[in-house]
Amino acid sequence: MQLIDKSVIAGKRSGRLALNNSMKWAFFLCTTVGLVVLVTLIVDTLMDAVGYLDWDFLTSFSSARVESAGFYGAVIGSLWLMVVTVPAAIFLSVATALYLEEYAPKNRLTDFIKINVSNLAGVPSVVFGLLGLAIFVRAMAMGNSVLAAGLTLALMILPVIVVSSQEAIRSVPSSVREASIGMGATKWQTVSRIILPAAIPGIITGIILAISRAIGETAPLVVIGVPTTLLVTPDGVLDSFQAMPMQIYAWIKMPQEEFQYLAAAGIIVLLAILLLMNSVAIFIRYKFSQRY
Amino acid sequence: MVNIMTKEKNTVTRAAGTTVVEDRFRDSAADDGIREPVFKTNNFNLWYGDNHALQDINLTFNQNEISAIIGPSGCGKSTFVKALNRMVELVPVVRTEGEILYLENNIFDRKMTVEELRTKVGMVFQKPNPFPKSIYDNVAYGPRVHGIRKKKVLDEVVEKSLRDAAIWEEVKDRLNENAYGLSGGQQQRVCIARALATEPDVILMDEPTSALDPVSTTKVEDLMHELKKDYSLIVVTHNMQQAARVSDTTSFFYQGYVVEHDDTKIIFENPRDQRTEDYVSGRFG
Amino acid sequence: MSNYNIQEMIQKNKSNKGAFVEKSIPVILFLITSVSVLATIGILYTLISQSLEFFSRESFTTFITSADWNPYGAEPEFGIWALIMGTLKVVVIATVFAVPVGLGAAIYLSEYATERLRKVIKPVLEVLAGIPTVVYGFFAINFVTPVLQSIWSEISLYNAVSAGLVVGIMIIPMIASLSEDALSAVPNSMREGSLGMGATRLETTFKIVLSAAVSGIIASIVLAVSRAIGETMIVSIAAGSTPNASLDITSSLQTMTGFIVQITSGDAAYGSSLYFSLFAVGMTLFVITFAMNIISQWITKRYREEY
Repeated sequence: MQLIDKSVIAGKRSGRLALNNSMKWAFFLCTTVGLVVLVTLIVDTLMDAVGYLDWDFLTSFSSARVESAGFYGAVIGSLWLMVVTVPAAIFLSVATALYLEEYAPKNRLTDFIKINVSNLAGVPSVVFGLLGLAIFVRAMAMGNSVLAAGLTLALMILPVIVVSSQEAIRSVPSSVREASIGMGATKWQTVSRIILPAAIPGIITGIILAISRAIGETAPLVVIGVPTTLLVTPDGVLDSFQAMPMQIYAWIKMPQEEFQYLAAAGIIVLLAILLLMNSVAIFIRYKFSQRY
Repeated sequence: MVNIMTKEKNTVTRAAGTTVVEDRFRDSAADDGIREPVFKTNNFNLWYGDNHALQDINLTFNQNEISAIIGPSGCGKSTFVKALNRMVELVPVVRTEGEILYLENNIFDRKMTVEELRTKVGMVFQKPNPFPKSIYDNVAYGPRVHGIRKKKVLDEVVEKSLRDAAIWEEVKDRLNENAYGLSGGQQQRVCIARALATEPDVILMDEPTSALDPVSTTKVEDLMHELKKDYSLIVVTHNMQQAARVSDTTSFFYQGYVVEHDDTKIIFENPRDQRTEDYVSGRFG
Repeated sequence: MSNYNIQEMIQKNKSNKGAFVEKSIPVILFLITSVSVLATIGILYTLISQSLEFFSRESFTTFITSADWNPYGAEPEFGIWALIMGTLKVVVIATVFAVPVGLGAAIYLSEYATERLRKVIKPVLEVLAGIPTVVYGFFAINFVTPVLQSIWSEISLYNAVSAGLVVGIMIIPMIASLSEDALSAVPNSMREGSLGMGATRLETTFKIVLSAAVSGIIASIVLAVSRAIGETMIVSIAAGSTPNASLDITSSLQTMTGFIVQITSGDAAYGSSLYFSLFAVGMTLFVITFAMNIISQWITKRYREEY
């Protein structure tokens, strides 16, 4: 008795194989979309930036006149911003990750904190801007200072660093933990001398990626009201400042065509900085990837 | 607490600097008469949640002996050694009852901190678990966490511990290299050196050779013989030949009970309990 | 040989300072951890209190039912649906573009690609995910829009298509990498079972792997859509600032995020209805994205595949 007609199966085979093959190429095409966009974006921007990206551009303040406008105030301002954001974000996030991974008891409060961190990661950056505007700029009367913007960005990247630090801490094998505890080391000695040093490459990688996100972030700065026409750099964290993405945005919004080229030049500078930071992160991850 | 602090170590003069080769097959039970107990348990019970993992354990372990603990998987032998330095409490649902006396002090007493206990009772683990640091920093870790910072002291302690662990010659030129660059057997001996660096009285070993090749295993076993001159060793092993080769006394654990505890010779040649005989003759486990 | 008695030195070094440190560290860490909770409370407090202020001046019913958004002038109108429709148009275009492409890339990476190719593509996706959105905005208005205009004459300078496509490009890496994680987690034994019966790679992928990984994929899409809804700079630059509830995708519109940026980069007098309307819009945005994040987490948790 034969339930299956083998000739039917054989007849359909070539069609199935053809579909299999063509879909493989379709999937491959999808994969290349990212690469194509990346190349187009960079080439297009570079072509716009040519002729505007020069030493004068990097050393001049912003200006209403295209010929004399530059990126200097924005670059210095972004550096000032990081002076506040980076230490604040590292301090808050790494401590939070350590608490959640090493000390937090298993209870509802801990669960709540964990859920809270992951939800904070999903809050749109523009909403963090509103938080900064209402709390730091208005209620605490910091104005549109480096401090107000820096703290806003620090809160924004906090969940990113917490999650990556947690992963780095979790990847330290428990056998190493036990070895330290077994020698009579206390909890904090174990955490500070063994776990933290072992997790530090992963933590730093996460921090660098988060910082590069903070440097390019525009929306919260717009909401806070970061100016784009200053002719001075800040002297302290309570001064007003300019920032790279903010300056780029302002130029994009200018009606005169030439300002688009300035924006392109600014983008190249910003992307170069981000690429450098990403390379460092990838290098650290690569260098320390096979440890256990 | 005072008791342990002032207690003199009744040890033979330590042979550091030279590796003394001795006949490792000498009959160790017969050498110097009666020894004092280092660990004694009184009706010790342990639960993981509802699981009664150790039941009414009454055992005595003597100084300068190697005591082997054998038994099939899940019999509670690992749990038991981890109870001796209270590492078992890292599992949150553990509950204990009864006493474990370390030199006549109950280790569960509030007077003794776990950190203090663990500097006296060192541990070597199943898998080599060096810290991701240099060999030197690995061995110096114990003294350092206990506040010893002088370079001169640390240098000497590191060298002596590595010599005692019979690995000094292999690593003396690369003390500053990461311990992960060593082979598994070398890593395990560095871990032993690390445990020796705080000069504990007792060293607990939880299947110390199960992750090692036969050559490394022999080296570690030789080392155990050397170490018992200065330390008391309590060794969990799944390998019965190993227990027979290295230990002075053997305890057979089965389903959370101690079935039999006696001189190793008796356990292996003339056990009283049928289950012990079945196990040591390889009929189950 | 040894000149030192280590145990004696250890005893001597014992101090009570250590015990104090041990006790205080967890407390200090907990206090720092609570900052993340304070941030959430701060966001909620800000949005709720300022929104309440807004609704004490303007009608709540109009806000959630009307589609007329005209906040300037003597008699301002605040009907959020004009902005929601703007957001929706951009997000639908972005999703329709990004889901097939992102999923296709995920399938290629997990089912077809060699290890070497994967090592090239993954960093590219990471770089793409790290490009600031203001840069994408520039790309939209200076490259995508002119290209679109040259092939589709009705399209105006500001439109939903260009913004939507570029927002789609922005979320592709997210969909691709999260979906790839879900696909890679499907055990090989399942694939072997299907391939061993003579099924093609494609049939195995669609009938076995995709259905096994479906919850992870959906969770990644929901998360990406939530990101698209909150995306600000691309739409501020490329979508325009004309709030309207029409379904026309070729002309200027305004999204919720676009409105917030427009008002804050201009000068909304502190204390005016316009100023407080920022927070009412922000609140709406927060509620929508929050709900989607919760849904994504719920899907991941509820339908976590047990292999």
